[in-house]
Amino acid sequence: MPNAAKGVRERLAGLALRMGTLDRRWIFLVMGLLVLYPLLFPLALPLQITPPVRGFADAMDQLKPGSTVLMSCDYDPGAIPELVPMTRTAFRQLLSQDCKVVVTVLWNGGPGLVDSVLREVAREFPDKHYGVDYVNLGYKAGNEAVMVLMGQGVANAFPRDYRGNNTRGLPMMREVGDYSTFALLVSVSAGYPGTKEWVQQVQARFHLPMVAGVTAVSAPEYYPYLQSGQLRGLLGGMAGAAEYEKARGESGTATRGMDAQSLGHIFVALCILGGNFVQWGRRRRGA
Amino acid sequence: MTPHPTGDLGIWVAALLTLFILSFIYKDNPLYKFAEHLFVGVSAGYYIILNFWTVIVPNLWEPLKLAFTGHGVNAGREGLFAAELGDYRAWLIFPAVLGLLLFSRFFGKLSWLSRWSLAIIIGVYAGIKTTGFAQGDFVAQVQASLVPLWTGHPLNDLNALIFVVGLITSLLFFFYSREHKGALGVSSKVGVYFLMVGFGAGYGYTVMSRISLLIGRFQFLLDSWLGMR
Amino acid sequence: MKRELPLFLTAVIGLFMILSFFVPHQWVSVPADFLQVSAIIVVAFGYVLGGANVLRVNIDAIYKRIPGWPFKLVLIVGLVATLTIGAIEGPGFLNPGTRSKWIYNQLYSPMQATMFALLAFFIASAAFRAFRIRTVEAGLLAVAALLVMLGRVPVGNVVTQWLTGSLHGVIPEGLWNAIQIGSIQDWIMNVPQNAAKRAILIGAAFGVMATGLRVILGIERSYLSGED
Repeated sequence: MPNAAKGVRERLAGLALRMGTLDRRWIFLVMGLLVLYPLLFPLALPLQITPPVRGFADAMDQLKPGSTVLMSCDYDPGAIPELVPMTRTAFRQLLSQDCKVVVTVLWNGGPGLVDSVLREVAREFPDKHYGVDYVNLGYKAGNEAVMVLMGQGVANAFPRDYRGNNTRGLPMMREVGDYSTFALLVSVSAGYPGTKEWVQQVQARFHLPMVAGVTAVSAPEYYPYLQSGQLRGLLGGMAGAAEYEKARGESGTATRGMDAQSLGHIFVALCILGGNFVQWGRRRRGA
Repeated sequence: MTPHPTGDLGIWVAALLTLFILSFIYKDNPLYKFAEHLFVGVSAGYYIILNFWTVIVPNLWEPLKLAFTGHGVNAGREGLFAAELGDYRAWLIFPAVLGLLLFSRFFGKLSWLSRWSLAIIIGVYAGIKTTGFAQGDFVAQVQASLVPLWTGHPLNDLNALIFVVGLITSLLFFFYSREHKGALGVSSKVGVYFLMVGFGAGYGYTVMSRISLLIGRFQFLLDSWLGMR
Repeated sequence: MKRELPLFLTAVIGLFMILSFFVPHQWVSVPADFLQVSAIIVVAFGYVLGGANVLRVNIDAIYKRIPGWPFKLVLIVGLVATLTIGAIEGPGFLNPGTRSKWIYNQLYSPMQATMFALLAFFIASAAFRAFRIRTVEAGLLAVAALLVMLGRVPVGNVVTQWLTGSLHGVIPEGLWNAIQIGSIQDWIMNVPQNAAKRAILIGAAFGVMATGLRVILGIERSYLSGED
């Protein structure tokens, strides 16, 4: 028996060594196929809404009709799959709740993308008008300096909006002064400048209630802000976006991508285990 | 599921460039290089023109023009240098000059002039960041860490205890003024374990982020380009 | 004086910005506001400088015919075309229907998104080739990574619900929910991960405050690069 077990171990070690010579392009191919398959043939795996997402949805639900919300969309096309679904669903919720929305963009790759998303959602609300119910102030360079500058007056930082209008001339903006105008700050961000800077410069200084939607790579670092109450809710990555869509009764691109996300994660987990199996084989053979 | 490719030329261009860049995973090739260089060029041109039309014109040129034609944001006030909050009139000459001085970096002997521009940027951001981190990250986070360890709910109390132990030991790990020996050594070792759990969680989320980027590209190719939804 | 005066300016401005956090009086708030406007304008010029530098470096490369110079030509053409079209189209250059918006939607956006999408392949490859569990610490990292990766996606809960299905109704509902991978992932994120991240946050806050003060007081001068 011990010889049989030793034989099995030797064969496994041999397999491990052969796996170690695998061309990485096979890994790329399998990854590509595993992500592609569920997009063509959905698995419809059930989603569960986690507490941080519930917090985000609840904070948005509590907004009264007519309240003004600042939504800062600080991302570029590199974060489309994660943050565009969040922006869409959040903007749709705000318009459906008759909130007024002021949108800013602090990433220079973002203004065109954000404007497209806003226009797409606004088409669903023919009774909502630009300049009256929502405004896209567009991009401004300066990162945190813009955030602090807005504290003295939003129009001071953005004398013109994205469409080239004089900001102070827009009907909605006549009611908007500084941060005290806003009932909530919705930060949708992919990194710097973004949620962290909004927490430091605006939430901490002006005590503006805040929720955030962020890319998954940055989500873990915002959990301390969630626990401290500086953020009332947090959407993390495509999973967070999908859960928020579910909370709103929608099924958008984030929901449709979660099956592919599941298979991708399983594959990476297997890669970690496989790589360590290779290491075991090499150690066994003294390689 | 049959494909219905779009007739939009722009989407065909976008799809081809997407495939050119994805071809890199097979190996580096001229198609990828073409797309990469085109991307860098278009990005650089876009950043220049974006900052020109969204900052330099509305925040600098237009207020200066208004000031020199005798007006300001507040039409009731007169005076080239009659500044008030949000209306800086001719004072904006100073940031204009500082901005132009940045270009002195192209001229070796004059490049020291750009230090004045850097001084204002560094001074403003050092001040903003110092207070921002102090208020938002230091005070607020320490305040939130003072959680009650006994509330009568055993599970919550256990979690609070683990949290506080993890926080203190992780902070002790970053204390490098003394050698990590004895009690400090044990504490920092425990702190390392918590940090490793934190990094592992971060890695898991990073995997999610990267895969979702690929999902997004495939969704574009399948939905917008091939019309397979 | 070529270094000392800018350093002095940095100190004065930095201290003034810190003062403006505490003093709301207009003698402080108006100049502080002006300094922020100035910083924004100078940063915007900085982006223009960056773009101009890309142009300069690549024109130089084409002139010297370095290997791969035809691709630099593509870069220059892309840059000049985007710049020219944007300049002609004016402030509304990114409005729907403009050529600049077309460039943004069909060139810039898909290429940037795809550049980042390549990372998905490399993260899988790196997980196989480089993620080695050789120590207890690495093992902890791996276990946490696996639990979070699988707990954050629907398939994780489906699998654990299937595996623990026979226990449902046998053990208390709360306990059954707690052993689902989604709950374990939640606990990891809210307790140990949160503790570690908060420690890093507080430590980083110390570091930034210290560096900010060093810069303001002129001890840190590396940002003033170049010869006198």
